[in-house]
Amino acid sequence: MTDLTATSVQRADAVPVRARFPVHIAVFLAPALAIYTLFSIYPLIDTIRLSLYAGDETGARSFVGFQNFQTLLGDPNWSGHFWNALRNNLIFFAIHMVVQNGIGLGLAMLLSLPRLAGGSVYRTLIFLPTMLSVVIIGFIWQLILNPLWGIAPSLLKAVGLGSLFGPWLGQESTALLTVSLISVWQFVGIPMMLIYAALLNIPDDLLDAATVDGAGPFSVFWFVRLPLILPTLGVVSILTFVANFNAFDLIYAIKGALAGPNFSTDILGTFFYRTFFGFQLQVGSPTMGAAVATAMLIIILIGVLIYLFGVQRRLQRHTF
Amino acid sequence: MTKLHSEAALRRAGRLLATASVAAAAFAFANAASAQTLTIESWRNDDADVWNTKIIPAFNKKHPDIKVQFKADPPTEYNAALNARLAGGTAGDLITCRPFDTSLDMFKKGNLVSVNDVKGIENFSDVAKSAWSTDDGKTTFCMPMASVIHGFVYNKEIFDELKLTPPKTLAEFHAVLDKIKADGKYTPLAMGTADQWEAATMGFQNIGVNYWKGEEGRKALIDGKQKFTDPAYVDVFKELATWAPYMGDGYKAQKYPDTQNLFTLGRAAIYPAGSWDVPIFRKQADFEFDAFAPPVAKAGDKCYISDHTDIAIGINAKSKNADAAKTFLSWVASPEFADIYANELPGFFPLSKDKVTVKDPVAAKFVGWRGTCESSIRNSYQILARGTPNLETELWNVSAQVMNGAMKPEEAAKKVEDGLASWYEPHKK
Repeated sequence: MTDLTATSVQRADAVPVRARFPVHIAVFLAPALAIYTLFSIYPLIDTIRLSLYAGDETGARSFVGFQNFQTLLGDPNWSGHFWNALRNNLIFFAIHMVVQNGIGLGLAMLLSLPRLAGGSVYRTLIFLPTMLSVVIIGFIWQLILNPLWGIAPSLLKAVGLGSLFGPWLGQESTALLTVSLISVWQFVGIPMMLIYAALLNIPDDLLDAATVDGAGPFSVFWFVRLPLILPTLGVVSILTFVANFNAFDLIYAIKGALAGPNFSTDILGTFFYRTFFGFQLQVGSPTMGAAVATAMLIIILIGVLIYLFGVQRRLQRHTF
Repeated sequence: MTKLHSEAALRRAGRLLATASVAAAAFAFANAASAQTLTIESWRNDDADVWNTKIIPAFNKKHPDIKVQFKADPPTEYNAALNARLAGGTAGDLITCRPFDTSLDMFKKGNLVSVNDVKGIENFSDVAKSAWSTDDGKTTFCMPMASVIHGFVYNKEIFDELKLTPPKTLAEFHAVLDKIKADGKYTPLAMGTADQWEAATMGFQNIGVNYWKGEEGRKALIDGKQKFTDPAYVDVFKELATWAPYMGDGYKAQKYPDTQNLFTLGRAAIYPAGSWDVPIFRKQADFEFDAFAPPVAKAGDKCYISDHTDIAIGINAKSKNADAAKTFLSWVASPEFADIYANELPGFFPLSKDKVTVKDPVAAKFVGWRGTCESSIRNSYQILARGTPNLETELWNVSAQVMNGAMKPEEAAKKVEDGLASWYEPHKK
């Protein structure tokens, strides 16, 4: 009798344990997991698989191992373009980091000034280009900078600096810088907004305390505000990095897939496009394109890992 | 009461649904029975109007039971978009074919079918078919439509004002350019290098045929008997390098539409052209313009023109309307189509053996050179554009660089030859 009771108690105990399997977690995870698997993870893995194949002229594919990567890095006809694209991409990223995020930080500081009139108007105006289509941005800036009918040459002439104007988008030495700055102009609103939000989160007491302790505006910025928004700056940097190494549209809209002159604006995105889809008489190669895409993935992965382990873990977060 | 009501409503809904489905089925059946619809894939978005208002209605007069839809992508996106659609199985029934390897590649992958058995193919010469045939010339996979001719278009009013006559030799050409530059009111040469292809197509291929003697040089290049480092080719680059001072301010950032506008606004005197520019100029320019052939070295020299087989049309192997598609292709081979095409789109010259009268005087002048000069096609298209680096892309790059002054003519020639020799056997020696 006692025995029986004991077992039944035990059983009664065991059932809730099994029922405690967290079904709701699986249910909540399922939609995201399904969508990401279908539209992100599967294509990613399939791209990597495709990069290990090569197609012949009938379109039949065969497994070739790492041959595509050997071609990409070993054949000077490919590696020249690849390293050139990677170098340009790094320059493109560096310009964004320094100019876009620098100006973004500056603008956010200005916007958070307590006695600023019309702050929301500026905020909206500066953020506006981010929402415009890249095609429109490319078109507008080409018109502005057009040496024949653009307003840039006439504006410069009007202030007596006409001799400074050059066909910036057409010169090997200036094309990449010009395209980068156009992109900076478009996207400067994003770091500005993120940093502005972080600045607003800092309680006034901290700033007041610092001021009472005798810190000037510069010290307040350097020793109080900057450390507190560092996590946001980290996020901004990694967003910039990923966006820049996936960039393609603006350069395609302005310079076309050939990214001239002499490939001086060629970045990994345009290089991938030419390889995958082909260009004019050059027939596209999906397998070689997949190899380029995989190389891009590895580069981005390395960058993100460096950030995660080198930067993110050392950042201190403060909650107020 | 409520229950009754809802039951009635349900019944009504059921009846409605039944009627709707029957109607839909009937509609679908009628649709399938009445007409086959053919969709044309093309990169000629500029010509959509002519296709929709002239060519397709003319076809439908003869074949009212076949519906035709013209669907165009921008030229630079066509190849990529088409290949994606072919891979996905959603491409149209009829595919506009670019010349040589781009289309040959589609044929080899089984996306295009042979048109050897389509009525009307006998209207075309072997040369006309060469751009859309296998290397052995046995199978043709696209019905040739038209070729384009290169030359120079000039603004007659500016020439009259400055008392200039269209040049025949290189010396005269430079004399004319110098005079326009000295006058200072107009840009002598409307051309830009930002898009790169103009430098190669309207520059290198346009004037080059006179240097390498058309087909003779083109074939010698394929056989490996001539190289890009030979004087004939270096001289073309040297000539291109001399054009820079005559081009507009900031030509390095000047794109193709800018160049067209510069000319049609009457601000430039000479425009290195493809004949496809003629219909656009006809629409936009409010002054008289005319054309002259690429200048030769000395008066009396034999002249050559780039008469490039440019556009054809083939059948998607997966098309469900293959018979209708063949009917359409036969019609494309007919004199009726040639006549409409030549006169609605002056500047595209039919390739069929039928005699077609081109009414536009400037376009007629272009096609008239076929009688006095020898025709050749662009030397980078057949066979030589098969490897990596791609010869056509290389030519765009170096021609633009030579005109930008970023590269010496000899360096340009060497770069192109080295690229070709890196994969093409006959040039490896």
